[in-house]
Amino acid sequence: MKKKLVLIGNGMAGVNCIEQILKLAPNRYDITIFGSEPHPNYNRIMLSSVLAGDADINDIVINSWDWYRENNIIIHAGHTVSNIDTKRKIVSTESGIQVPYDDVIIATGSLPFMLPLPGADKKGVIAFRDIKDCETMFETAKKYKKAVVIGGGLLGLEAARGLLNLNMEVSVVHSNKILMNRQMDETGGIMLQKELQQQGMKFLLGKNTEKILGKERVTGLRFSDGSEESADLVVMAIGIKPNMAMAKKSGIEVNRGILVNDFMETNIPNVYSVGECVEHRGISYGLVAPLYEQAAVLAKKLAGLETEGYHGSVVSTKLKVSGVDVFSAGQFLDNVDTRAVRVQDEFGGVYKKVVIRGGKVVGAVLFGDISDGARLFAMIRSGEDVTGKEKEILLGSGGSAPSNADLIASMSDDEIVCGCNGVSKGAVVTAINEKGCTSVNDIKACTKASASCGGCKPLIADVLTYVLGADGVKTVKEGICGCTTLSRDEVVEGIREMKLTTSKEVMNVMGWNNPEGCSKCRPALNYYLGMVWPEDHEDERESRFVNERNHANIQKDGTYSVVPRIYGGVTTPQDLKKIADVAVKYEVPLVKITGGQRIDLLGVKKEDLPSMWTDLDMPSGYAYGKTLRTVKTCVGSTFCRFGTQDSMAMGIEMEKRFERLSTPAKFKMAVSGCPRNCAEATIKDLGVVAIDGGWEIHVGGNGGTKVRVTDLLVKVKTEEEVLEWTGAYMQYYRETGKYNERTAEWLERVGLDTIKAALEKKEDRLALVERIELALSLTQDPWKEIVETDKLRTTFENLPIPTMN
Amino acid sequence: MKQVKIGHISEIESMRSRVIFVGDLEIALFKLSNGEIKAIENKCPHKAGKLSEGIVCDHHVFCPLHDWKIDLNDGKVQDPDEGCVVSFKVEADAESGDLILYVEEKAYQAS
Repeated sequence: MKKKLVLIGNGMAGVNCIEQILKLAPNRYDITIFGSEPHPNYNRIMLSSVLAGDADINDIVINSWDWYRENNIIIHAGHTVSNIDTKRKIVSTESGIQVPYDDVIIATGSLPFMLPLPGADKKGVIAFRDIKDCETMFETAKKYKKAVVIGGGLLGLEAARGLLNLNMEVSVVHSNKILMNRQMDETGGIMLQKELQQQGMKFLLGKNTEKILGKERVTGLRFSDGSEESADLVVMAIGIKPNMAMAKKSGIEVNRGILVNDFMETNIPNVYSVGECVEHRGISYGLVAPLYEQAAVLAKKLAGLETEGYHGSVVSTKLKVSGVDVFSAGQFLDNVDTRAVRVQDEFGGVYKKVVIRGGKVVGAVLFGDISDGARLFAMIRSGEDVTGKEKEILLGSGGSAPSNADLIASMSDDEIVCGCNGVSKGAVVTAINEKGCTSVNDIKACTKASASCGGCKPLIADVLTYVLGADGVKTVKEGICGCTTLSRDEVVEGIREMKLTTSKEVMNVMGWNNPEGCSKCRPALNYYLGMVWPEDHEDERESRFVNERNHANIQKDGTYSVVPRIYGGVTTPQDLKKIADVAVKYEVPLVKITGGQRIDLLGVKKEDLPSMWTDLDMPSGYAYGKTLRTVKTCVGSTFCRFGTQDSMAMGIEMEKRFERLSTPAKFKMAVSGCPRNCAEATIKDLGVVAIDGGWEIHVGGNGGTKVRVTDLLVKVKTEEEVLEWTGAYMQYYRETGKYNERTAEWLERVGLDTIKAALEKKEDRLALVERIELALSLTQDPWKEIVETDKLRTTFENLPIPTMN
Repeated sequence: MKQVKIGHISEIESMRSRVIFVGDLEIALFKLSNGEIKAIENKCPHKAGKLSEGIVCDHHVFCPLHDWKIDLNDGKVQDPDEGCVVSFKVEADAESGDLILYVEEKAYQAS
């Protein structure tokens, strides 16, 4: 017969403990969980990301309702436990539920510490602790303008940043003169303050709040120095206190928190406690890593396994405010018996300090660049002797500083590498050795390490290198996707040699793992097939990514954007009127000029697309596809006093010639009328720059995430030569590029010399041009095709709403 | 459970999807390559992406926004992501080819 385990508190520490018990002893317990909040277990650390708008509430759920179901756990969410009868061994809730137990875990967490100020009960005074608080902030920001956060620590600053994102004016009140004084020294605190002021936060430092003003709703604060600050919302974020009232009432020994020994046992048999509600050796922790360490100890204990017990934790903190990187760990303040190594660069906004006592690193503060954080934290925890190489810790040396591999080697197996998900080094090593993980992503899929904040990715990469060796990481042959181990070249060769003309054939003949492929290989195969067999391969609409299938760009809300073709960016009053009329008729919410000199109509409903295209009666601008996007032009010799050639006519000709063609990735062009290069041709996939008496053709540029300036391909004399070289270059890219590989990456992969050699001879260029022209001759305007073909047009309509009876 | 006639099997192309509104529900109907019809709520649990616009591979669909993979049989999100969308029972009448959707009464009475 199974024993009955009850967990009080459905939060990160308690549920983590249950997860570990399920792993260690899956059949030992029937489990019941109580939680006050009506939500499944979520990642409270990520609440600031929800507030900052980087994640929504569903993104931060750790254990979904399904998880409880699958593990046969009875969950009472929204029910607060009011009492434990430790004699009869029964837990009861306010709502009257009673559950008997053999073992019970109290993991009630903490409560926000609310200053007992006069007026603290007014409307608009809240804490920052749970989903409900976030929701209150969202609501308040819609109606009110001015927020004051009391508390300039970690939590307060994260709340303040979130409120700024909600477009509120935010002032932070802090009793200390230094922000985050629990984690930062003065130098770091001042740099942090400057950075946050630039982001728009106001600071009232060294102020103590005396009274909260207002009638029913808060209107402001008064400080002990007599000054006042107006406020529509006050968020108290000064700290937390263990939530132990229920435990105390049930006769369990408490001090500042629920008292436990090294095995998380309270003074009453069979009653255990973990998490923020606990006081262990005089310390209550408010960070996730130590709580998971406690949970691990308790899980082993309850599963009946040996454990050395919990001996307390060294903690590190990271601030999660966008654009500001702060790391702090251990004893970071200077003392008579410590010495520190500091690096400070106020221009680069970087500050690093390592505190050393008796030859050991005991603390660190990093601001601006926290890449050393994991390494320093490991040094603090290992307590290794650094005598004689103190400076090298921060400044580096000729190789005598401890390598990452040494640090990983010195970590014990149960040391946590991912604090968010409580994954130990040992668990990562096991995943590598037993489940064949060879990349950080594999590890993430197997263990969830690095799946939450991602801060431990470098550390996990180090563990991988340590276990597999530098060559072992990702040495497995990678195919074009998870469905095959074949490379791009092998796939294309197969398509050519075996004359395969459909994706289905390719996947059958070449032994795909998944019978119908995946979202990565299906569009790629469709492209390769069309490139190799332009006449025999029928384009597979079901393999096209949504934008290319619907010939419009899907937006995050499921609406689309429409960009009509405007060759060379040169338009007419008639076309502009037409576009304006359509925008008015279909109540287009946003009209924007794009970076490529086109007009973008955003927020269009899918059902409206075909009739809009009919009314526009212009070709598709292909702003959505892996194809020629736009040819951007400057005015050129037509009007410009510096122009040497007619760049507009050249651009229009190029766009008309090469539009609609599928390419491995999007392809952007530009034509500038003189070397002043106003059309920015030198960051395009292909850019043409006019010079006196000729044209330069530049290739392989990119203005996106990774800016790359073009390389000069060739200088030519005539317009015909520009078109010939452009056609040959594009076709060579089409025939050798990997799907989704922009020309900038492609050029670096195959080499400029290889490309030049392939295009050098006139006969080679003409052969390439002949092939590109064949492919071009088979294209037609997709908008027109859809509008005129009933079968295609109906795919844009919803099925009729059924009649109900 | 209420049975609702929602259209004809020929109205959906193979490996593609059509959308239908039933009361407050927005449902994506998929036709798999073997001709089977599947129905799930048209809303990815991640960022509410329109699943009807995803690429269909055997009995899975990939969300067009961030490539989450969802099983069309039970609505389950596949590893390494987690979650679930509501799935609905749908049948094609063997003779007429009419599509019958099974929904809870309260789901459409809301409208």
